[in-house]
Amino acid sequence: MGGLRIGVDVGSTHTDSVLIDERDSVIAAVKARTTKDVTTGIMNSLRQLLEKSGVDTADISAVMFGTTHILNAIVQREGLMRVGVIRIGAPATTAIEPMLDWPKDLRDAVGGLKTIVQGGHEYTGEEIASLDEKGLRKAVTAFLEKGAEAFAVTSVFSIVNPDHELRAKEIIREIAPDKPVVLSHEIGSMGLLERENATILNAATIGVMKRTVESLRKGLEKLGLGEARMFFAQNDGTTASTDYIEKFPIFTVVAPISNSIRGAYVLTGIKDAIVADTGGTTTNVGVLNNGYPREALEIEISGVRTNIRSPDIVAIGLGGGSVVKVENGTVTVGPVSVGYRLIEEGVAWGGNTVTATDIALAKGVMRIDDPRCDPERARKLIPPGVVEKAYAVMVSMLEEAIDKVKTSPEPATVILVGGGSLMWPKKLSVAKEVIRPEHAQSANALGAATALIGGTVEKAFSYDHITRAEAIKAASEEAKTKAIAAGADPSTIEIVEVEEIALPYLPGNAVKIRVKAVGKMKPK
Amino acid sequence: MEIKLNKEDIKNLSLGAAVLGTGGGGDPYIGMLMAMQAIEKGKEITIVDVESVEDDAFVVAVAGMGAPVVMIEKIPSGKEAGFSLTSIERYFGKRADYVFSIEAGGLNSTIPLATAAEMGRLVPDGDGMGRAFPELQMVTFHLYGVRATPMSMADEKGNSVILDTVDNYWAEKIARAITVKFGGVAWISIYPMSGKDFKRAAVRGSLTKEIRIGEAIRDAKKHGKNPLDALLDATGGFLLFEGKIVDVIRRATGGFARGEATIEGLGDFRGSRLVIHFQNENLVAIRDGKVIASVPDLITVIERDTARPVTTERLKYGLRVAVIGIPCDPKWRTPEGLKVVGPRYFGYDIDYVPIEVAVRG
Repeated sequence: MGGLRIGVDVGSTHTDSVLIDERDSVIAAVKARTTKDVTTGIMNSLRQLLEKSGVDTADISAVMFGTTHILNAIVQREGLMRVGVIRIGAPATTAIEPMLDWPKDLRDAVGGLKTIVQGGHEYTGEEIASLDEKGLRKAVTAFLEKGAEAFAVTSVFSIVNPDHELRAKEIIREIAPDKPVVLSHEIGSMGLLERENATILNAATIGVMKRTVESLRKGLEKLGLGEARMFFAQNDGTTASTDYIEKFPIFTVVAPISNSIRGAYVLTGIKDAIVADTGGTTTNVGVLNNGYPREALEIEISGVRTNIRSPDIVAIGLGGGSVVKVENGTVTVGPVSVGYRLIEEGVAWGGNTVTATDIALAKGVMRIDDPRCDPERARKLIPPGVVEKAYAVMVSMLEEAIDKVKTSPEPATVILVGGGSLMWPKKLSVAKEVIRPEHAQSANALGAATALIGGTVEKAFSYDHITRAEAIKAASEEAKTKAIAAGADPSTIEIVEVEEIALPYLPGNAVKIRVKAVGKMKPK
Repeated sequence: MEIKLNKEDIKNLSLGAAVLGTGGGGDPYIGMLMAMQAIEKGKEITIVDVESVEDDAFVVAVAGMGAPVVMIEKIPSGKEAGFSLTSIERYFGKRADYVFSIEAGGLNSTIPLATAAEMGRLVPDGDGMGRAFPELQMVTFHLYGVRATPMSMADEKGNSVILDTVDNYWAEKIARAITVKFGGVAWISIYPMSGKDFKRAAVRGSLTKEIRIGEAIRDAKKHGKNPLDALLDATGGFLLFEGKIVDVIRRATGGFARGEATIEGLGDFRGSRLVIHFQNENLVAIRDGKVIASVPDLITVIERDTARPVTTERLKYGLRVAVIGIPCDPKWRTPEGLKVVGPRYFGYDIDYVPIEVAVRG
């Protein structure tokens, strides 16, 4: 068994894959069209990759996926499990029931089974009230009768004290030993409703994740990759084993966005920069912070507020396929895009739709290695005035998005990646340098292929009860345990991020500590 | 006038409250969901005109106080404010006919709605500020000699406390200490008064104004209007500036989130700079060295494209914003009013100039 690895990353237009060697050097990279079911597109991409590289499949030790299966399932409300939603918090919290402001069709899709039982903790870790075990048992039994396939448990201040969630899991296991139980303190951060929402979505997508793993495994077998291990990219720029990700599918929901940012680091070795990833329809602009994506505090998933760890990005509706319109002398670009039909509808390909790519071709800033592409046609058919105006609009949209993710006015290093990144100029007013590395169009797949195995935990402490050093140690140990559970080799684990956030207006020196641990793949 | 609120009204009111919150007042999200759940459960929230409040009616403000981070984790049962109301009613030996919002901004603009629904009381269309302010005595009632206490405080377990203090400053001090023992958040009934006093001292029309503002922003696109113009129409406000935030400095001192945001002009304002000084709320706006708006007039920062208000915590480099100024209630423009909430109270050595005068230059 060799040490080659494959990374696959699913975008809205293309599914990229890349084959790398032990030193993370690119051996081959391909692009296939993303399909509605996602899996077919992944398999097409992998097949092309194997054909192009011609390597012996036995030399490939791992396939790392960055996929949108989970996001699609939530957005399309398809294949979601019925979730028994249990909140532990009464007598507090009853004024806002679980899923109150969810879109109705999504609430229906997860079954709408919910209860609030007595229990939970104060910010100090003391009980608000004792856990109502009898009430909990009754609710679990009732949910099972109504067809619950998984359980989501959220207790007040469980990130300070998870005892009631842990006890609830034991009780549910007694009654329903074969049903998955998801605990909120393993999913999200401070903010009960947002953490509860993420926990419910996680529980609801466990079935989709299991089926995804199964179908990808079968697909790999057909390609002769049955022996390769599978990993799934996580939202925080790390990756995890199938066993782990089947328990925490929500951690993959925006992973492809992180893959591109992480890939930009791998391609350039630059740890702190702004990354703009331009695809066929959108450009995502994010920030590399010490080699990992800067994270946002909250993220809305299909109309539901959550607080899972996710990359902090500004997304604009501007990609290679974005449609250019002229109305009353005003030129607009996007958000409508021809997507993969660029090579049929784009002017340079003989079509009739003026796209952002046509503008860049006519302007002469990019070249495309495709015999069907004729920049001369774009130059002839698009009036020069429109080319100049449209290109100025495109550049100012990108510059504005870059400016929005910055934290200070100083010009930053900007790394351009993605299939559409060729259309950008070599200089940007907001950047001190613009870098478009080799293999930029495969940054996403490369980010997936090279990701380390990781775990992040967030816990709240009061420095009146524990010293700072002890608190950081406790959180670090937990992050390490999580990384090991995700498949990391214990001897290689290191802590790459410790963040300490004071909780204002609270006595007792209350703080929130977030720790990220990463490690290398465990040898087989 | 009598308006029974529906869920859309609640959404509009919360958004309008965020505009009048002038960057502070806390996230109205929790309060909005509480009111929406009450309506979903078939309870009624009815707003009545301030003028229709009877002289001998018993009127009480209800509010939440404490750490926002506790409020988003140990969210309320919805009964806490009711416990405090019951407690103050027992103390006075009479039923409160009306419950009202102490401020027209942030979380406490929606909490009384949920309490009114839960307890079956009416909500007068008025409040104690017409905006948001950070301290208990910064209400128009204070100007008219109404006392904050006797007040009551309660938690979700049903514990309650009555406070009767020598003045409104002691009320603030002792109440803070009790809040800690309640787990970081307390629910209070405060400024108990007669209908006569309420009519004399309240800022009128604030709830219906919040609803109008929210509606204007949310429906602007539907009516083919620019959200910013719709917002200016609904508030009677002035466009003070448009631009990009280029610097935000923050200092956490004395329990306040103080700081300054510098905005570089765009469009008609190119070449010009606006500095906003804030302490929880936006307090003073200075354009190219000249004060163009200050407390007690309202200064609100909104996202340029959507006209959605931006809280002071969310001010950050790169944001494209518009800044609007809205005249405050005339009660604040008296010498007594300016002593309590004028720029000098907040430590700025400037004279207050009403915004409609200042913008004319």
